[in-house]
Amino acid sequence: MKQTKKSFDVGNWLIPAIAVIIAMAIAGVMMKLQGADPVGAYKTLFTTSFGSAKGFSATLGKATPLVLVGLAVTIGLRAGLFNIGAQGQLISGALGTAWAGYTFTGLPSYIHLPIAIAFGMFFGAFVGFIAGALKAYRGVHEVITTIMLNSIIMGLSDYLVVYHFREPGQLLTRTSEIQKSARLPFLFGLPFGFFIAIALAVLAWWVMANTTSGFRFETVGRNKFAAWYAGISVKRTLVTAMIISGGIAGLGGAIETLGVTYRFEPAFNAGLGFDGITIALLGRAHPLGIIPGAILIGGMRAGASNMQFVAGVATELVDLLMALILFFVTAPLVTRFFKNSTSKSVTGGWGN
Amino acid sequence: MTFLTKRNSFILLIALATGYFFSKDGSITTSVVSTATAFALPLALAAMVGIMCERTGIVNIGIEGTLLTSAFAAFFVSSLTSNILLGLAASVAVGTLFGLLLAVMSVSWKMDQIIAGTIINILATGLTSFLYVQGRTIPSTFPEYDIPKLMDIPFFGPVLFMHGPLFYFGIFVILSLYVALFKTTWGLRSRAVGEHPSSADTAGVSVIRLRYINVAIAGAIGGLAGAFLSLELVGSFERGFTAGKGFTALALMIFGRWNPLGALAAAMFFGLTQAYANQLMIDQVVQIPTQFITILPYILTIIVLAISAGKVRAPAAEGQPYEKENA
Repeated sequence: MKQTKKSFDVGNWLIPAIAVIIAMAIAGVMMKLQGADPVGAYKTLFTTSFGSAKGFSATLGKATPLVLVGLAVTIGLRAGLFNIGAQGQLISGALGTAWAGYTFTGLPSYIHLPIAIAFGMFFGAFVGFIAGALKAYRGVHEVITTIMLNSIIMGLSDYLVVYHFREPGQLLTRTSEIQKSARLPFLFGLPFGFFIAIALAVLAWWVMANTTSGFRFETVGRNKFAAWYAGISVKRTLVTAMIISGGIAGLGGAIETLGVTYRFEPAFNAGLGFDGITIALLGRAHPLGIIPGAILIGGMRAGASNMQFVAGVATELVDLLMALILFFVTAPLVTRFFKNSTSKSVTGGWGN
Repeated sequence: MTFLTKRNSFILLIALATGYFFSKDGSITTSVVSTATAFALPLALAAMVGIMCERTGIVNIGIEGTLLTSAFAAFFVSSLTSNILLGLAASVAVGTLFGLLLAVMSVSWKMDQIIAGTIINILATGLTSFLYVQGRTIPSTFPEYDIPKLMDIPFFGPVLFMHGPLFYFGIFVILSLYVALFKTTWGLRSRAVGEHPSSADTAGVSVIRLRYINVAIAGAIGGLAGAFLSLELVGSFERGFTAGKGFTALALMIFGRWNPLGALAAAMFFGLTQAYANQLMIDQVVQIPTQFITILPYILTIIVLAISAGKVRAPAAEGQPYEKENA
């Protein structure tokens, strides 16, 4: 347990910071080769997202689902599961929430909002449960099931919106807008969802560090056999971890729907789940460590379109930057973090 | 050929379906099966990447990224130089490079191999979507070459012998890999390294070197699969072009029990199932929304794994970095 708290030392901040700088340098060279001005591009990117109160609010809005998917991946990693399915869980959550958001009418906000959020969390958790159960009881590796579930949910949500939930009279593939009563408010000019996400991250950190359930998770993540020998039900812990992980990712979709998009459109949230992997690894799978990474990447996402407009650099630069950051941050770090701890449980073959 | 007896029920099912369709309309069935075969090949080749790596003890979850980047390189270089052979070369080079990258991360740095593979996938998505330029075209795809005499065999002629050069080469690679893995010294050594590296080491096999070589060759095969996709099968490239084929391939590898022929059969099963579902939709035998046809392979992958995962045995040393014990 001590390790959870102790893992906040200087090295943990320095290495991600260096990784970010190297990644920006390499991406800068690639921009230069494409004939763009990297300094101008970066300047626009960061002044847009961090330079003004309005920009910063937008950044936190973008960072909110990122904190949550990062947390979802983190909780999986803690229990020795690599949940690549945050994407699918988030989308099913977003669709469930959108449905609850526009279907129920005449409810006051304080009832409608929790119901809509519960729908999102339930569907996210259900998708997580499928992968968890397949892992625990059939020995199917969660990386493959979650990837497959991502694609299945992508198709399924598209089908549902096209054939069943489409906004009446609408040609675009999208649902109706959610009721006013289901919209998340702003607090001090900042999106309310961000505070929920931060509170949840703190809660997750506290549970991990101070409760028996947290200890059970960690033990299963570090050594399944030891956990089994100590009388912990490994299978049930794995399923629970996937349910929680999926539920949090679903919450990410719910908040995105209730606070930003106000409806569901199949292509809206593409890629968010994968950002979660980068963020979780950038924050060294620490529930609080993911927050700065989420804000940084949220800022890049928020400023990308203005950067494209001003500096003429494609918004996909952010994807490239994130990939490079991930590469540089994991190379030395993951070796240290996963070696002798979760490495065997994460990749110990395709069976159990 | 043990896989034939073990999986005869699936093969029987597909054979029956093929017979049924063939009796209803021979020419359409032949063309459907021929298309399914062409679709199955990249999946089978991608599964070979997995088999090559895992037989030596390296889990490669980055096949998807390798396919994506090499398909991109094949298309992009062909388009820039107006020469598809250069495109093919670029694709194989990129594949090998990605193989080496995985080897560096998993063999030398002893990183968690699933995470190493994921990094490859995310890197591939980032690189290809940043460098992708809309509206590019390639001069031509690899032309179909019909093999004389053999192409006249009813049904099997059009299905197997009327394809492009990369298709034939791909089949050749798969068959050679089977022979190499089970009938040569290299294969024996590779499998030993994948099962029990310290014994192989004691017997004088360099575990590290063999893992590097095999993972790099596997990457080159992935490059071939990518080139087949963008230069022969489809003739274009777009963002997210490979659509999860690299992950499906991993399931095929497991379903085929880490055996090249088994994985090939599994890929055929996959290709045919989707082709038939498609055909049923076109014939309006059943009303299926297109989305269900699209997600069919993914659902199949999960079902196939849920059936086989508990029963098959992966190479024993898979996923574990090798460290020499101190004497």
